[in-house]
Amino acid sequence: MGQRFEDLLLPHLDAAYSLARFIARDPAAADDIVQEAYLRAFRAFDSYRGGDARSWLLPIVRNCSFDWSRSRSSAPGGASAGGPVPDPDELPGELEGPEELAVRGNEIEEVRAMIRSLPEPFRETLVLREIQELSYGEIANITRVPVGTVMSRLARARRMLTAAAERFL
Amino acid sequence: MSACADKELLLQALLDGELDAANTAACEAHLENCPGCQAEWARLLELRGRIRVPGVAYEAPAALRGRLEAALRAARAADARPLADTRTAAAVRTPATEVADTSWWRPRHGRIFPWAFSAALGATVATLCLVLFVGLPVREIDDELVASHVRSLLAAHLTDVETSDRHVVKPWFAGKVDFAPPVLELADEGFPLVGGRLDYIQERVVAAIVYRRRQHVINVFVWPAGSQLPAQHAVHRDGYNLVAWRLGGLQFWAVSDVDAADLQQLRAAFTAHANL
Repeated sequence: MGQRFEDLLLPHLDAAYSLARFIARDPAAADDIVQEAYLRAFRAFDSYRGGDARSWLLPIVRNCSFDWSRSRSSAPGGASAGGPVPDPDELPGELEGPEELAVRGNEIEEVRAMIRSLPEPFRETLVLREIQELSYGEIANITRVPVGTVMSRLARARRMLTAAAERFL
Repeated sequence: MSACADKELLLQALLDGELDAANTAACEAHLENCPGCQAEWARLLELRGRIRVPGVAYEAPAALRGRLEAALRAARAADARPLADTRTAAAVRTPATEVADTSWWRPRHGRIFPWAFSAALGATVATLCLVLFVGLPVREIDDELVASHVRSLLAAHLTDVETSDRHVVKPWFAGKVDFAPPVLELADEGFPLVGGRLDYIQERVVAAIVYRRRQHVINVFVWPAGSQLPAQHAVHRDGYNLVAWRLGGLQFWAVSDVDAADLQQLRAAFTAHANL
């Protein structure tokens, strides 16, 4: 079982990390979330019935990410879910703050910052579509909303991104 | 001019390849004659062009990949191993390896997921560590250290915390590694402190303290000393020099392309300044 799990799931580590990182907006948390997601996936591997392993893994990553967001928003002094994530306890080098400051002039970091600036659920919908390149149906399955909702969230996310892009330029 | 209100979602679906043939044709026909929708279409294309650039998606850090691969290998080994063997292995496991092993499944930043660590997986990881931590040839460590050093120079990830102030670097490591690496300011000795970083050596998260020597970078890797390594060790590999020493229960490896003599000088300065 270990070998099969590895062959099927490890190739999607970058996808898992990218999703966790965009949802959590915190590099250190993304590490923990992905580690937790793989552990949960490993334990639940019996329930994997074939098919696209990434589509099986990403909902687990998503759940772990939102568990993390919830645990953080319910913690005393924690940032509210979906809001910006300044945390006084965070250590230098891991703040999103300096990351945002280093953004200007770097096209890739600018785009990442624009995506990070989107509120949920628009951020995850856009990431699943544009970064993970999933279909509307797959996104609907993962986020557990109707396809129509996926479409309207995407449209809204793209409008917000265009506005954000104009601010950046 | 803005897009027709009833076409906004259709244009998105066209962009996303979600329209069937008939709707695609209809939508494209409409686009030809509607300047408002043409503008909206151009906006969507431009936005996609900006987002779908290689590098926007994040890549998993090497240390995370290493931790997962190691844990999965452990799980696989445990799968293949009869139960009796596992028990024997557990019985001869030393307290030191117990401390070393399960730490890499623990979230590094507090227990976000306190329910995460099953006893079963912990046991398989422990089993693997017994295999890994005993009798590793020094040569493999050398190679790993050189690879880590080179990676730290290439990946624009030399430091996680960049400062010449050891009072910042030292606390930064607390809670990220299960030992307290001494962080010394050696600028007076010609080794200015650049910062600190987490790295991954020998299947465990280690501290990397970064110094500069003229224009060269020196990585000092630190982790709890095991018995399998020589107390002092110096070697030249692939154009890099490595100098190892042990101090206060910790193993230190300095890796750089500076002269071996410089590294020996760093070792001497480090040993002299450390209150271990």
